[in-house]
Amino acid sequence: MNAPAAFDRQGTQDDTARVDAAMDSFVREFGVTAALHLESCVRCGLCADACHFHVATGDPKYTPIRKLEPLKRAYLREASAFAPLVRALGLVRRTTIEDLQEWQELLYDSCNMCGRCTMVCPMGIDIAELVRVGRHGMFKAGLVPERLALMDRTARQWGSTATPGEDLPDILADVAAEHGVAIPCDLPQADVLVTAAPAELGEHTKALADAAKILNRMGVRWTMHSEGFDASNVGFNNGDLELQERLTRALVDTAVKIGAKTVLLPECGHAYGAARWEAAKWYGQALPVRVIHMTEFLDEALASGQIRVRPIGESATFHDPCQIVRRGGLEAAARRVLAALGFELIELRDHGTTAYCCGGGGGVISNQRAAPLRQKVFRIKQQQVEATGARHFVTSCGQCRITLETGAKQSGWDRRPESLLELVADQLAD
Amino acid sequence: MTLLEFARGPALYASLAIFVLGTLWRLAGILRRPRLPDLSPAREGAPSRLAGALHANVRAMWPRRAFGRGTAAAVLNGYAFHIGLAVVFFGYAPHIAFIQRLTGAHWPALPDAVMYVAATVTLIALLIALAMRIVDPVRHGISNTDDAITWTVTFLPMFTGMAVAGEPSAAILARDHVIYPVPLAIHLLSLELLLIWFPFGKLMHAVLFAFSRGASGIRLSHRGVGL
Repeated sequence: MNAPAAFDRQGTQDDTARVDAAMDSFVREFGVTAALHLESCVRCGLCADACHFHVATGDPKYTPIRKLEPLKRAYLREASAFAPLVRALGLVRRTTIEDLQEWQELLYDSCNMCGRCTMVCPMGIDIAELVRVGRHGMFKAGLVPERLALMDRTARQWGSTATPGEDLPDILADVAAEHGVAIPCDLPQADVLVTAAPAELGEHTKALADAAKILNRMGVRWTMHSEGFDASNVGFNNGDLELQERLTRALVDTAVKIGAKTVLLPECGHAYGAARWEAAKWYGQALPVRVIHMTEFLDEALASGQIRVRPIGESATFHDPCQIVRRGGLEAAARRVLAALGFELIELRDHGTTAYCCGGGGGVISNQRAAPLRQKVFRIKQQQVEATGARHFVTSCGQCRITLETGAKQSGWDRRPESLLELVADQLAD
Repeated sequence: MTLLEFARGPALYASLAIFVLGTLWRLAGILRRPRLPDLSPAREGAPSRLAGALHANVRAMWPRRAFGRGTAAAVLNGYAFHIGLAVVFFGYAPHIAFIQRLTGAHWPALPDAVMYVAATVTLIALLIALAMRIVDPVRHGISNTDDAITWTVTFLPMFTGMAVAGEPSAAILARDHVIYPVPLAIHLLSLELLLIWFPFGKLMHAVLFAFSRGASGIRLSHRGVGL
């Protein structure tokens, strides 16, 4: 028998208020696409074959469509075409606080919102997007894993999970000094607003310094800015829509303020999802700036000849970050950069739009209680990387790198993922 | 009124009315939900919304190799069932005659031998689907009453149809009267049960699949995702 699912609570709402808050949130978000996807499922179960949490454990509770059960019940009772009939005849029972508590693990610990299940679904159901709808309701109900809630509170206060904006100039000065590269901060005017992932202000400072090195080499007029610098958008992952909007607006408004035409996103998957595809929704109109991921930036800089690189000439395999490739469309761009680096690319057995997630996306890497489950998932990637025999193991997402580094350390694996950005910076030719 | 007259008359028209109106009601209930326009700029070279939706519809017709043999077997069984059912429903001469009486439309029938093979394949596929739902922990865990009802109302017309298809279709059609009125009435009533259930359960996927696939196709092709 399975152990009871772990759950955390925030706030002082009583149970009824929590359930009501979740239901209100769900019903508000049942747009036409969500309705189509909730109505179309034939419960064929094929999505289980695509989910790394199910593949790694064999536990049927991780079947992706099963993770939507409370959401589906809310839809059928409150928003479907036959909702009055469903309620009158009691065909679908009300969601309870116990349901939501049990659901927390399925939504936050065992789903990366990677979208691999959509690729196998014969109905094309976008389960990842529906999980996000579920998370929005769970956040309103104060039923988020405490570690993610802590990050949320931090980001609400600081505008970042890493540091308050006023400390950014000092941090950047330290990074600049450590790596011997100029990192402009808070310039009043610039063409490119460069943003960071929290890890780049901590354990991955080389990535930030390397971005600076490339931008400086290209002669770009760029800056980082203490009013908008953290692109990772923890609100996007947690289901905190208010925070997602605030963090998104901070980037776009800062870019507009300094006259930037481009917001350059770091090697971060969810930053890409939040800023490239969702920012305009919060802005209410098409953005006045171009939002571009680091991989696109490198691809364009190499293609235009603004930078050149010395070929490495060894074999490499590439981990496709879900939000950048399967949900973001940058499959070819990363491979062009790898080709420019002279790599002989040996693809993982599952790559591109059907690649397995690292297991840490969607906030799972930050959710400590999910670590044992995440570690099981990690082994899928470990085995696939080993099977290639490639000398280099490259990716283009800092969160994936942290997840894979953590997994490697815990399993005593001697391989470490390399950053595509850092490889380009290291190989810059004169 | 005999049972057959009831099945051919009021029951048929009532079930058809529930089928048509219920399907339209459910579809309208979905399509009237709010739409949020995607204001993000499309990936350079992204197809039009229509092309994205159509491509996703076509691409979803066969499984990706990455998902292995288990997926392929389930999909193959699905194909066997759907094709078999379509062949039986649209290709069997007495069914065509039935549709002609209702709508005036008709087309050439397929040979009886093809029908028997198709019906057998369909029934076996249905039984395999049921077995998978009961035995496989994943499918068992996500199954609900809708699955049981849907399976039953799909199985019954196939099963009862076999009971009235003991003669060559030419002989059945040549006769001016029905020699098995009760079995035929039961067969018709079982079909009418299916029509009545259609708008309320997952049979509706026969209408929704194109919309559902299309919605994801639009979303992902806008982003330049190669489906």
